[in-house]
Amino acid sequence: MPAGSAVTGVSWGALLVLLPLTGAMVCFLWTRAARILGLSTVIAVCLAVAGLGWQLLQEGVYHHAAGGWGAPLGIELYADGLSLLMLIATAAVALAVSIYSTGYFKRARAIRFWPLWLILLAALNALFLSADIFNLYVTLELVGLAAAALTALGGGAAALRGAMRYLLASLLGSLSYLLGVALLYHSFGSVDIAMLAARMESSPTVWAALGLMSAGLIMKTALYPLHFWLPPAHSSAPAPVSAVLSGLVVKASFYLLLRLWLELFGSVSEGIDNMLGLLGSVAVLWGSVQALRQTRLKLLVAYSTVAQLGYLFLAFPLAASAMTAWNAAAYLVISHALAKAAMFLAAGNLMHFAGHDRIADLDRMVQRLPLTVFAFALAGVSIMGLPPSGGFIGKWLLLEAALTQGRWDLVAVVILGGLLAAGYVFKVLGSAFTQAAVPQRARRVPASMEWPALLLACAAIVLGLVTLPVFSLVTIGDAFGVDEVVP
Amino acid sequence: MTQNEWVLLLMIASSLVPGLMIFSLSEERVRLRTTLNVGGAVLKTGLVIWMLLGVYRQQTFELRLQLLPGLELALQADALSLLFVALSTALWLVTTIYAIGYLEGSPNRSRFFGFFSLCVTATVGVAMAGNLITFVLFYELLTLATYPLVVHRGTEAARRAGQTYLTYTIAGGALLLLGTVWLYTLTGTLEFIPRGFVASLGDEHHSALIMIFVLLIAGLGVKAALVPLHGWLPQAMVAPAPVSALLHAVAVVKAGAFGIVRVVYDVFGVEFAAELGVMQPLAWLASFTIIYGSLRALLQDDLKRRLAFSTVSQVSYIALGVAIAGPIATIGGVVHLVHQGLMKITLFFCAGNLAETLGIHKVSEMNGAGRRMPWTMAAFTIGAFGMIGLPPVAGFVSKWYLGLGALEAHQDWVLFVLVGSTLLNAAYFLPILHVAWFREAPESWPEERDYGRKETAWALLLPPLVTAAMALAAGLLAFAPFSPLEWAKVISPREFYQP
Repeated sequence: MPAGSAVTGVSWGALLVLLPLTGAMVCFLWTRAARILGLSTVIAVCLAVAGLGWQLLQEGVYHHAAGGWGAPLGIELYADGLSLLMLIATAAVALAVSIYSTGYFKRARAIRFWPLWLILLAALNALFLSADIFNLYVTLELVGLAAAALTALGGGAAALRGAMRYLLASLLGSLSYLLGVALLYHSFGSVDIAMLAARMESSPTVWAALGLMSAGLIMKTALYPLHFWLPPAHSSAPAPVSAVLSGLVVKASFYLLLRLWLELFGSVSEGIDNMLGLLGSVAVLWGSVQALRQTRLKLLVAYSTVAQLGYLFLAFPLAASAMTAWNAAAYLVISHALAKAAMFLAAGNLMHFAGHDRIADLDRMVQRLPLTVFAFALAGVSIMGLPPSGGFIGKWLLLEAALTQGRWDLVAVVILGGLLAAGYVFKVLGSAFTQAAVPQRARRVPASMEWPALLLACAAIVLGLVTLPVFSLVTIGDAFGVDEVVP
Repeated sequence: MTQNEWVLLLMIASSLVPGLMIFSLSEERVRLRTTLNVGGAVLKTGLVIWMLLGVYRQQTFELRLQLLPGLELALQADALSLLFVALSTALWLVTTIYAIGYLEGSPNRSRFFGFFSLCVTATVGVAMAGNLITFVLFYELLTLATYPLVVHRGTEAARRAGQTYLTYTIAGGALLLLGTVWLYTLTGTLEFIPRGFVASLGDEHHSALIMIFVLLIAGLGVKAALVPLHGWLPQAMVAPAPVSALLHAVAVVKAGAFGIVRVVYDVFGVEFAAELGVMQPLAWLASFTIIYGSLRALLQDDLKRRLAFSTVSQVSYIALGVAIAGPIATIGGVVHLVHQGLMKITLFFCAGNLAETLGIHKVSEMNGAGRRMPWTMAAFTIGAFGMIGLPPVAGFVSKWYLGLGALEAHQDWVLFVLVGSTLLNAAYFLPILHVAWFREAPESWPEERDYGRKETAWALLLPPLVTAAMALAAGLLAFAPFSPLEWAKVISPREFYQP
């Protein structure tokens, strides 16, 4: 037996779903040890992702038929380079958020947080591993429900209102998606993406399905003008939950949209790509301006998410003739996941320290919480798209694609979006340097809350220097439909 | 890795690592912090000497790291980068000593010195960048690292100055980035090479190339304070004196000016740029900036603001030398990169000494300052004479070559600019010297601090004396080997087509 087969023989993909599910149940039953159990589960998930990565590098695309029943009857797990990339980003954010949460949630809230969070993690992993549109629906619904419940965890009227709105928007989105799935199943008799792709043709039914599914997913990804639920939900949730919502949950529905687009709809949807690009452009500009206008830190960061999600949609009109654009979108997804999670964690620290998140009163935080402000600034560098950072690589590739195709409108959006982002990031940093008019409370922030934010932000920076490994990872399974990625 | 690659890596690390370590030090660890600072600066100086000798012996220094497929980060040391590296490194050492004296007992010094070191790292990176993408990376890093220094005092005025500074520099950075990506989509390479790499593009790309040139120069012109992009510079004067000295003599404005030199010579090629017809407008813009800056300086009573507008004016000599597009003017422009740095840092050090020791911030308060602080004012006088262009101070050498170069390139109108600017320089510097040396001192100074028998602390006095001596030496020994002038004479011929 070769040495490597001990690693490649295990079904890591299945573990990625089963581990957090089991962990959630155990946390729920044995509340006293929820914190330590939860954290160890997440660490185990990280190891499983590493195992899956190793397996993919050795053997290429991963298939696993749960219970021995493959498609079209059973549940099949599937992972290529793109899934792996999302799983890695999820694991990284999950680890940081979990460490952060051990310090953030005190007993009473901790026992509610951990089971929900692990269910959310299981659902996210399952989503990234699914290969049929019905299972994707199930995981999408699970993600939405767990996320809405977590949003309400903060308590208080604002949090409940935010969570309720989020829940309704999310249900509406998944319902719309489900209708599309039903239409496709009715027409083609299958829910497996690969089989559907083989039978896909342009017909009114397909168009309706495409419209419904895309609209549902766009709502869940909070693309302008369907973003209305995002700022209240993301800003009223507890800090680690905000980090997960902005960093991962919205990316899950985007990932799904990307998958469907790449494998099913790309061939039958002229004109839609420009529409998505236009909405993305508006989102970038409008979201950034809104962020700039906010006086509360968490709302600012939440509107920044609306803007940054807009960038992802700029890839659609560009991708038709430049595969680089998909690479750009993939890069923006993971670097935004890391940077925005870091930003929300840092915002949580500032709020924990001072008891408020009024930007104007961030009294000399740069002296009092240097690590946190540093984390915010580094994450800001990636959000602004300054070098060296993952955000910079994403924007460089977008700009390159837009310039090659003479799309000056998109060039202008990318540049202006970067300038506006600098405006809101430095609005916060400027206040962190100055003395506030009113005296401030000061509560100690434990190291377990400062370091995860900083490390995530550093990871977003480092991402700007390790592009080659990331690109070679993405090429496994050739998700973007090119034999070799040549940006 | 070869030995020379290690040298380049150490050049970056010798300020980056101390900087990061200093962040983690508590305020009281003065001795360790000073050791790290000075140790890093001395190590860097040694490395620069090593590289100077190496490049002199025709060795190559290059270090590459793949950034994107087909796009690499590259550090290199050629004659031009060494000119800037040597300047920044020497002045960093001097300014560090000055800053230690200046900030003694003030709060948040660890933060200050941490970012100070990052600034120098970025400047050295800008100087040693081997292609445009690397240049952009360090150029943006410089923006980010200087912001905390501008807002260091944490006052409302500082915050606003910081905001203005960022508005200008981030917008400039965006233009630079846009120009860079656009260029990359046309050429597929961004490597700096003598006489540029865009001349081979066909005629149909010329209008695009002109646009790219405008974008790049506008992006760089913000930091080089070309009018009308200079607005941030006088405002940034709220920063502590060592920051003003280093930013406005070396790091920020010079990064912009150096970038213009790089773009014109090693991206476009000066002869091709002249063919495109973009050199003449640049020369006009630089000339306008020279005169405008001097006129504004004339009207300022605040000493640091007067110096700031003087910087606006003086830095544009570099752009002017480049834009005249002749080999001799090139020598004048490139050598002014160093000369202006030495002279202006001296002036800012002296202004800082006057403020710190006597509480003088305005020209109108300077009556008799020369008698109270003769050494400081002597250094100031040398710097001012250099700015005016009086021999034998370094400034004379720059102006001489600029004038000669203009005549050689048949651009005689430049002489009027040079003469006019010299008269204006005299008009705003000589009154300062007059009141400081020949007027009676007032009964009491605005805010005097007692340093015993010395006129001020040695850490404040020594740096301006050293830099003044260097400015004098660069003029007196202009023809000695390894002088800035001789070095510029090595650079210039590489950039022109040799038949």
